Amino acid sequence: MSTATYAGVTVELNDEGFFEDPNAWTPEMAEEMAKAEGIDALTPDHWKVLEYMRKEYFEKGTGPTVRVLGKNSGVDVKALYQLFPKGPAKMAARLAGIPKPKGCI
Amino acid sequence: MSFRDPDTEPIKKVSIIISKGSLEGIYPGLIMANGARAEGMEANLFFTFFGLDAIHKKRIDHIKVATVGNPAMHIPTLLGGLPGMSALATHMMSKKMDELDIPPIHEFIEMIGDTGAGMYACLASVDMFGLSKDDFVEQVNDIITVGDFYDLAAGGEIIFT
Repeated sequence: MSTATYAGVTVELNDEGFFEDPNAWTPEMAEEMAKAEGIDALTPDHWKVLEYMRKEYFEKGTGPTVRVLGKNSGVDVKALYQLFPKGPAKMAARLAGIPKPKGCI
Repeated sequence: MSFRDPDTEPIKKVSIIISKGSLEGIYPGLIMANGARAEGMEANLFFTFFGLDAIHKKRIDHIKVATVGNPAMHIPTLLGGLPGMSALATHMMSKKMDELDIPPIHEFIEMIGDTGAGMYACLASVDMFGLSKDDFVEQVNDIITVGDFYDLAAGGEIIFT
């Protein structure tokens, strides 16, 4: 476990850089984390995905996989990989402050 | 030439060979390629021999489970050879996979294409079966030689299935 400071607030991260406490997350933190991941500015499509990730996580206890994101988030698989080149589900989960989604597809 | 240090560097690239044309022979490679892209790795799929059925327009929607010569099916080999057994096993397995939201092979190939993974057919097998690029689904980037494959795979891991 480690800590990081985003938008002036110190938060706890697990070994892979995912938030320990999804409730500690704020949208301002996502903007700052995105820059560190090589995304200049979060677009409305990025936000569509991040909001869907958080909604699914709080409803189901785990974030969606890329397949589920492609079907239900309103952003298709091709666009997801353009928005989040380092792996959509994984990268979006990190930016959305939720744990890494479980699932193989 | 330098190689990835397995102790300190994560896998960055995989090239996966699919050589079998049965349902159970095709899915693992597709799942691994899709999963590699989801982890942010570069991924290439190379279809050879009967694995070409997975990208063959006319065969992609008719891939079946092998019920003969497969002890893990737990049915006697003679029963497995009865007409309709393979179709029945395929139907049961497809139903289960649908429940788990694992896409049918055709849809999976389209999705993997959308992830940006490369898909290639093996030239020797294409020639052997008398096929051409028109026989394959549009996601197939090219028909390549084994030498081209090794060039594409350079710097990454190679997985044979």
